[in-house]
Amino acid sequence: MRSNLFKVLAVAVVSASCFGTISTAALAEKSGGILKFYHRGTPPSGSIHEEATSSTVVPYMSIFNNLVMFDQAKPVNSLDTIVPDLAKSWAWGGDKTKLTFTLREGVKFHDGKPFTAKDVVCTWNLILGKSKAKLRKNPRKSWYKNLASVEANGDYEVSFNLKRRQPAFLMLLASGYSPVYPCHVPPKKMRTKPIGTGPFKFVSLKQNEHVKFTKNTNYWKTGRPLLDGHEWTIIKSRSTRVLGFIAGKFDMSFAGDISIPIYKDLIKQAPHAICEKHATNVSTNLIVNQFKAPFDNAKIRKAMVLTIDRASFNKILGHGEFIMSGAMLPPPHGVWGMPPEVLKNVAGYHPDVAANRAEARKIMKSLGYGPDNRLKVKVATRNIAIYRDPAVLLIDHLKEIFIDGELDTVETSNWHAKVARKDYQVGLNLTGIGVDDPDAMFYENYACGSQRNYTGYCKEEMMKLFEKQSMMDNGPERMKLVYEIDKKLQEDAARPIIANNVRYNCFQPYVKGFKTQTNSLYNGWRFEDIYLDK
Amino acid sequence: MLYSYLIQRFLLMFLTLLGMSIIIFVLLRLVPGNIVDIMFDSAGFVDPAEKATIEKELGLDLPIYEQYYHWIVGLVSFDLGFSYVSEMPAVDEIGPRIPITAKLAALSLFFSILFGLPLGVISAVKQNTALDYALRVVSLSGLSLPSFWLALLILMACVSYTGAIPIYTETPETLWDELLLYLLPSAAVGFRASALIMRLTRSSMLEVMRQDYIRTAMSKGASDNAINYKHALRNAVLPVTTIIGIEAAFLIGGLIITETVFNIPGVAHFLVEAILMRDYPIVQSLVMFIAIIVVVINFLTDLAYAALDPRIKYSD
Repeated sequence: MRSNLFKVLAVAVVSASCFGTISTAALAEKSGGILKFYHRGTPPSGSIHEEATSSTVVPYMSIFNNLVMFDQAKPVNSLDTIVPDLAKSWAWGGDKTKLTFTLREGVKFHDGKPFTAKDVVCTWNLILGKSKAKLRKNPRKSWYKNLASVEANGDYEVSFNLKRRQPAFLMLLASGYSPVYPCHVPPKKMRTKPIGTGPFKFVSLKQNEHVKFTKNTNYWKTGRPLLDGHEWTIIKSRSTRVLGFIAGKFDMSFAGDISIPIYKDLIKQAPHAICEKHATNVSTNLIVNQFKAPFDNAKIRKAMVLTIDRASFNKILGHGEFIMSGAMLPPPHGVWGMPPEVLKNVAGYHPDVAANRAEARKIMKSLGYGPDNRLKVKVATRNIAIYRDPAVLLIDHLKEIFIDGELDTVETSNWHAKVARKDYQVGLNLTGIGVDDPDAMFYENYACGSQRNYTGYCKEEMMKLFEKQSMMDNGPERMKLVYEIDKKLQEDAARPIIANNVRYNCFQPYVKGFKTQTNSLYNGWRFEDIYLDK
Repeated sequence: MLYSYLIQRFLLMFLTLLGMSIIIFVLLRLVPGNIVDIMFDSAGFVDPAEKATIEKELGLDLPIYEQYYHWIVGLVSFDLGFSYVSEMPAVDEIGPRIPITAKLAALSLFFSILFGLPLGVISAVKQNTALDYALRVVSLSGLSLPSFWLALLILMACVSYTGAIPIYTETPETLWDELLLYLLPSAAVGFRASALIMRLTRSSMLEVMRQDYIRTAMSKGASDNAINYKHALRNAVLPVTTIIGIEAAFLIGGLIITETVFNIPGVAHFLVEAILMRDYPIVQSLVMFIAIIVVVINFLTDLAYAALDPRIKYSD
């Protein structure tokens, strides 16, 4: 009797678990529905290659495919998480100076034209400035400094010829910033009515109103996308859009829009919401114009580095959740950043702020500054809270070393023009990086001649180190060299990092199949695996 | 007589608009930063060579008088040019937004007159009573509460108490849906204007109520309603009409914030965005459009005086 009871129970448990599995499988991956987002402002254009802002790449990435991409289900981007996209496979040749891709056949652009190797050649020729058609803006030219040419070997094979070894080159191609454009569509049309091979098709953009995308029913990946489309309502007022999310008007927040204080408020009002904390790989940093006296003197820049109290920045602005780092984001959020035990030995990072500042004051006194001879500077920054607030704290920290800063708020649309003209003394800036790889970071922000090297930092010895690490395979040796470079960049005050920001990405509980990526804000928006479990 | 007055007014309107066009055009170009710098902002750098190419493409390298000439010629032939930001015809960008703002403005004005005028009369008639004090407190609040703050409070209250948020996320399907959507924003804007109208009506009414002809009407045994609304209000309404005219013209200022907070895609919010982006064709066309509206409303207000007060006659 007793053993029979056990048998019945065992059968019941097994059946329940089987049914459970079946029902879970049946429930998984529902098709249909429109995913609704809010957007913080009208995207400047739909042409990803011409922009360096999440406003464009986040909604528009789903129109396109790359050759390769970062696995959308994995939070940390790295060489190990790169998966095929339009390329079925790839192989290195010529001691990692030639990267050859075998392409998928039968893929079509949204207008029905076939995708071939020519489109890949056209896209990178556009970036290299080799084609007749020109991009209006070309923000990632510096990524491809080492790319000599791209050549098609027939319709379905393409090779990237590099000037020298660059094993991490694939990382650049996997970014959301590296889509394949159609050869037959001119850049102007790509800005207004972009066409790609991706899971969603562009429908319309109305300034200050919406951006809409619909399912590409002829998508080459069977069974994808699961959604019928995704729509973005443009809402400039942050209070309104967050209230809209709380009220359930939207399924997801905009990438990186939810700050720590807003998250704390939001979760009280919408406890059902799922909010994933993530590092954005957007850092708050100090920029010092090295072309303007007295900041051409390395000593004064070092004193400025020493006075920064990163812990207080973190406590006040990050509620203790910001990440302390150099230029590169440390694990577990990123890959290449210095771990705490290495970081604490970098000038200015030692937790004994009083000792750091005593050293800084000594430097300032040696330069003739003191309580009776204070240096007056303007601290320029964009007139938006995320820039203004840290700038105010920075001014307070500079006071400790006889520097009296005056806040110079710049209308946001004039900011980059002012910085590019080197029309500032000291500034506070935010920098986001498309790919968590030293090649992208160093060449974009610290290399001689790069358009986005705002401080004008340029050292031949550092350029050699950039190249040396770039030629190395990933491994402990490259890691060690990257730490060394990062330490030097911080101590040289090339662009001292104050903190790496942390934000929240919130979505309603019925949004499934989405994973927030932690070491870049720009690569995880393909949306082909997302579904609504309503 | 009326004809010569009208001709004179039309000439004056034309000169005003011509002056406005020059001021708009020049002022816009005096503001630091230009569209090309702003375009590069989203790329995170400014390349001088690429910047020069785009400036040429947009005609910004031409002398300012030549740019002005092209704009005016286009304006006369209803060719407003292309938005620098969206690269779409400016008329396609502006056209669909005008009715939205017009409906919102009309509803706001309707609310402000509907509440402002009768409450002003009641406040004057019941001077120094509890009701008068209460109405004066309400009107003072209307004048002192910033409309963006009020709008945000309304939104927060809606989310807290009803779990819904009355913001514009897609085009309303029916007129009723549209009306419901505009109700709260227009109340937020109309509250300030109604407070102003209420206070002005009250003071104007109090002044009129002391006149001899009101005393005469009272002694003749006319009813309170006849005295208040037929004799007093008709005479008190003249300065109020001026204020209503001015408020109607300047409602756009209040609508900028309300459209932003309630996310209504009207011209007011669009204008601010276009100014921030230095989207010259859009800003120039929209400001000219607003200038025309203001000039026309002023003209209509002047004409309304004659209708309201038989003592006023138009002559050159």
